[in-house]
Amino acid sequence: MSKTATFERGIHPKYRKELAAGKSITQANLPQRIVVPVSQHIGAPAKPEVNIGDEVKRGQVIGSTTGFVSSPVHSSISGKVTAIADFPTSVGKMVQSIVIESDGKDEAISFKEHPDYMNLSADEIKTIIKDAGIVGMGGAAFPTNVKLSPPKEKTIDTVIINGAECEPYLTADHRLMVEHPREVVEGLKIIMKSLGVKEGHIGIEENKPDAIKAMESAISGEANIKVWPLEIKYPQGAEKMLIKAVKGREVPSKGLPMDVGVVVQNVGTALAVYEAVRFGKPLLERVVTVTGNGIREPKNMMVRIGTLMSDVIEQCGGLVDGAVKVISGGPMMGFAQWTLDVPVVKGTSGILVLAEDEYVSSDQYSACIRCGSCIDVCPMGLNPSILSIYSEKGFYEDAKANNLFDCFECGSCAYVCPAKRPMVQFIRLAKSQVKP
Amino acid sequence: MATEAKAHELIVSVSPHVRGQETVARIMWTVNLSLLPAFIMSVYYFGPLAAFVTGLCILSAVLSEHIYQTSLKKKSTIGDGSAFLTGLLLGLNLPPSVPFYIPIVGSVIAIVITKLLFGGLGYNVFNPALIGRAFLLISFPKLMTIWSEPTAQFVAMDAKTTATPLGVLKEEGLAKLIEIFGDKTDLYMSLLMGSRAGSLGETSAIALLIGAALLLYRGYITWHIPFSFIATVGVMAWAFGGQAGLFTGDPLIHILSGGLILGAFFMATDYVTCPSIRKGQIIFGIGCGAITMMIRLKGGFPEGVMFAILLMNCFAPLIDRGVKSKKFGAVKEQKEQKK
Repeated sequence: MSKTATFERGIHPKYRKELAAGKSITQANLPQRIVVPVSQHIGAPAKPEVNIGDEVKRGQVIGSTTGFVSSPVHSSISGKVTAIADFPTSVGKMVQSIVIESDGKDEAISFKEHPDYMNLSADEIKTIIKDAGIVGMGGAAFPTNVKLSPPKEKTIDTVIINGAECEPYLTADHRLMVEHPREVVEGLKIIMKSLGVKEGHIGIEENKPDAIKAMESAISGEANIKVWPLEIKYPQGAEKMLIKAVKGREVPSKGLPMDVGVVVQNVGTALAVYEAVRFGKPLLERVVTVTGNGIREPKNMMVRIGTLMSDVIEQCGGLVDGAVKVISGGPMMGFAQWTLDVPVVKGTSGILVLAEDEYVSSDQYSACIRCGSCIDVCPMGLNPSILSIYSEKGFYEDAKANNLFDCFECGSCAYVCPAKRPMVQFIRLAKSQVKP
Repeated sequence: MATEAKAHELIVSVSPHVRGQETVARIMWTVNLSLLPAFIMSVYYFGPLAAFVTGLCILSAVLSEHIYQTSLKKKSTIGDGSAFLTGLLLGLNLPPSVPFYIPIVGSVIAIVITKLLFGGLGYNVFNPALIGRAFLLISFPKLMTIWSEPTAQFVAMDAKTTATPLGVLKEEGLAKLIEIFGDKTDLYMSLLMGSRAGSLGETSAIALLIGAALLLYRGYITWHIPFSFIATVGVMAWAFGGQAGLFTGDPLIHILSGGLILGAFFMATDYVTCPSIRKGQIIFGIGCGAITMMIRLKGGFPEGVMFAILLMNCFAPLIDRGVKSKKFGAVKEQKEQKK
């Protein structure tokens, strides 16, 4: 057996991809109402460009950028602005949001197409991407055009498309690669062009053989692009782990992928880039995996940005009686929801509803027995055990001295902990108490 | 819709939202199970009294933990199997014919003084069972060094007393030891099977190795501590243990006798009292091995595994501080600093 590319350590959680992996992407109903937070991305929030009572069309900018690291937001339906106020979002914060009631017509503005998109200049591409409001769709939602504009002293030689989708349950990227492989490859080529890079890679975990096959046939004839089957291991899709697996390069501590000459983009982002550059379509919808034993009919749905989770869940048959937890994103790094009246945003890769049988409480945890399991799995080579102990005792500076800020909260340590300690909670607490 | 969320009483907590199957209790009970072959062999060689001694240790360990915690209105943690394990290990570390109060005193010292007063499982500095045994050895030196002859077939009620192989080796030398067992092959076989004098659970290397294999297979222990511990003992026995000068010693005798196999696989590997980082565990194992051989060859006791592990327990936190696992992205960072 040939050795597949991967990183050191990591865990093998139950993947449960079978719930939704076979479900083709279906179009969600046109929502009657959307709630569009002005901040769905990392960076400065967008500034509302509409007033209550304004009529808007699909694709119209309703919030504009306020800085370099920022992203505009668009209306994903046509209708009337009915409110601009703080609403709950899936990360637990109240964020200023623009509420639009649909007029049912779904009228769009005219989009500027570029059939000859490969002749556009790098700057033209970046401007289109910025204006389309494209951000990283794997979950972190970092503005894509910023990632494509590295400082001059950084030489980028490689673009990697992240199709690992290592979060259990989620199948959105999987379905995109199976159903739209050609578009993903075109998106990659546009990204490579915008960076002036000759080398492209697509990394996919081996539990998606149909996606690997589809992508491999889509790249036939592309000499500079390679598909990498990756070992099935969490967190294979973390940027640093993916770069290590594909290129063997280690992003330095506190550094970014560009420090080793790499830009990583998610599969969904590549597709959005293609649609924006080729058809002039802003980021108005995304694939959301609705899954878990707590949902009646797991689906992969193309959902308009701003659609309420409750609306999406209803279209999937609603929650079962034993549903205990609703998560935005995957089970390892997603956010638990206290209300279902939060909108699907650009970074919402999944809505996961856990039933009682899938949920393990960490209310009852005990002292660390120093078994070292967390040290054996930490992809960053940290000592999560000591971090959790320092944080528990309030020794936050000691935690910092033990590389607290290298942790990206993948949750592998908490997953394996036999004492069921809430490791990520301890680590976040410590991070909130000291400066990096 | 908000009402629906309420009707379902959604749980909100920090990620990750799924957890692995492993629990402290599952680990501890598996370790208990892994000691079953050694326990059975102890009864086989030393008779019903062996079962009584070990049983009494377990009972007193579990009871003292339960009584201590309930009387302080704390949650009793006897279900996690760790008090049971401490009792079991203490029992397997006692001579076969101790009076009834020895197991009780040892277990109370192990559980209450060594573990609970330090804060309970996870906070103890020393291996509880070994402190219990050390306390007994120092307080009752005579009772703790009466060794019965193994008589097999589960029956021996009052066996003859004799010396342990390490005792003979220390006092009378290798030739005498071989003479007692017949020839060298017989000696090795006896040590492997367990037909020799010693603490209840330490004699049968083969039974202990079966249990150790289970723990290694399940990933509850790794090779680092047992291997470095045993290898150090072997090398030092070979280098310094011979009567004809350097590098003439017999490593196998030292590896198979005394409490080395029991100590290296089941006691030195105690999570709480050994280093957590694998590199540190190798240092820990080498330290245990070196101290064991210093005591065996030059010290006042014929056996040194217990004191070696306890002494190295003190160093475990220090080792963990000194040996850092290599963090991701660290190499580049150092290079940049050099520039």
